[in-house]
Amino acid sequence: MFLAWRELWFARARFGLMGGVVALIAVLVVMLSGLSSGLVNDGVSGLKKLPVSAFAFGEDTAIDSAFSRSTVDRDQLAQWADQDGVAEAALFGNQLVNGEGPHDEPVDLALFGVEAGSFVAPSAEDVIEGTALSGENGIVVSETVTDLGLGLGDTVTIDRLGTELTVVGILDGQHTFGHVDVAYVPMGTWQEIHAGIPEGAEARPEIYDGATAIALASASGEDIDRAAGDAAAATTTVSLEESFDGSPGYAAETLTLELIQVFLYAISALVVGAFFMVWTIQRKHEIAVARAMGASTGYLVRDALGQAAVVLVVSTVAGMGVGVGFGALLSSSPMPFALEAAPLAAAAVLLIGLGLVGAAASVGRIARVDPLTALGGQR
Amino acid sequence: MTNTAEQLAGRASRTTEGLALEHVSLTLGDGDSTVTALDDVDLTVPRGELLAVVGPSGSGKSSLLAVAGALIAPTSGAVHLDGVDVLALKGGRQAALRRERIGFVFQSGNLLPALTAMDQLRFALHVAGVRGTPGRDPRDLLEQVGMGHKAGRRPHELSGGERQRVGIARALVTTPGLLLVDEPTAALDRARSHEVVELLAAETHEHGVATVMVTHDHDVLEHCDRVVEMEDGRLSA
Repeated sequence: MFLAWRELWFARARFGLMGGVVALIAVLVVMLSGLSSGLVNDGVSGLKKLPVSAFAFGEDTAIDSAFSRSTVDRDQLAQWADQDGVAEAALFGNQLVNGEGPHDEPVDLALFGVEAGSFVAPSAEDVIEGTALSGENGIVVSETVTDLGLGLGDTVTIDRLGTELTVVGILDGQHTFGHVDVAYVPMGTWQEIHAGIPEGAEARPEIYDGATAIALASASGEDIDRAAGDAAAATTTVSLEESFDGSPGYAAETLTLELIQVFLYAISALVVGAFFMVWTIQRKHEIAVARAMGASTGYLVRDALGQAAVVLVVSTVAGMGVGVGFGALLSSSPMPFALEAAPLAAAAVLLIGLGLVGAAASVGRIARVDPLTALGGQR
Repeated sequence: MTNTAEQLAGRASRTTEGLALEHVSLTLGDGDSTVTALDDVDLTVPRGELLAVVGPSGSGKSSLLAVAGALIAPTSGAVHLDGVDVLALKGGRQAALRRERIGFVFQSGNLLPALTAMDQLRFALHVAGVRGTPGRDPRDLLEQVGMGHKAGRRPHELSGGERQRVGIARALVTTPGLLLVDEPTAALDRARSHEVVELLAAETHEHGVATVMVTHDHDVLEHCDRVVEMEDGRLSA
């Protein structure tokens, strides 16, 4: 690194420009990572926090509309409950509704219909204020509902039906589904809302038989035999992660952001590779002199890669610092934005690692520089 | 193993210290267009001698330096440096030989632009892996070549003569046994040329270095101990 440090200082303008490009890419990567995490949270944090390993939807349900179109009944639930490896099985209802808050403000909710006492129902430990599910029309809502001005004891009136739901508990943290706050509601009430029964009207008894899906939890250490269960209960079962694609817009949003990030990594690696290629070609004569002086290829390559590592680490860390700063400003805005340590660390490793790969591909030219060219007469 | 063998060889042949080329021939190019750059060259340069090689362009002077400096292997013949058979060494050991035993002085210095005069010398020591003991003190050496006051300057802040002085100091800082000098005065005026070659002669004599200097410049030959002429790859005294 003797030569590398001195060259970094001597050509600081050139290295600064290249580092600036990498730093700006790092800023962009942080923003996209934050947006990505934010959208994932907004889309499926309600699902992620369920103690569920798989969902059994109605037979031949397409996954992208599973949560809105699928229906299952109690016979299928009974079949699933008997399957090997299934520790818990419960009905799960999902319905996006529009309503009005106590001050006539619009409130959108993703209703999660659960049977009181079942494994998917929120327990007392999940609740930071109020109680777990209680009463016919009591709901337990995501903490983010408080951003809408709703609190304990407030009532949400469902549009058209007039059903009044009262907030009895507030969950710890963000629980959202398809960018809408989750409200856990007792299964009976969910079934009435899902069937479109207006408040006070009589409902046919068969509506109380169905739900959207069967929530399954596997016994510890065992895998659920999905094929056997699906055959027995006539369902289509997907893992919890696969069910995320059923959240409105989720698959398209994450795919778009991932694609942009992949392109950014590729661009960054190419920029760094191109820079070091030009830099190495510029230094060809100096490298020849150093080799004539007896510097080994290994010595010169180590020097050049060390130099690339310094530039990459400094510019990535600086860019990410700026990105995290911007992100902190955004976090307090209504934008879905969440900075998480793990994806940021992965992004830093990728930027630096791929940059080094690009640099390595270029500085390989050092090995082909003939020390003979250092002698004037041989040029 | 290699080290011990070399050391033994070095000790066994104290009397043959310096550079010795025997029947060295070098053919460059391939197929139809081969050029005989060196044709059966015999040359011995003992330690403490400044040898000048003169001759027209393309006569093989630079090839002579390249072969002597282990930058290129001759087609046939033998090269010994301080009794060590240079051609018997593998590529990595040849690079080691260059950084430990051979100093190069290039045309117009060929200094590294990012380094100050002082760092040019320290880089040579760093490459050679010298940690203190065997190398010469870079500051003293810069003083001796009259560049002590410009130790912190980079090549673009130095004149041609100053660059050449730093280049000479860089070649000498690792205490080489062989100094190979390529057209040191090509970019210098007469007064500077004489200063530079006088400096080379003084260092050669004082530190017992075998020095081979390739030059076009007949003015500076008065400072050399011996002059050989090269034409079409052949040497004549």
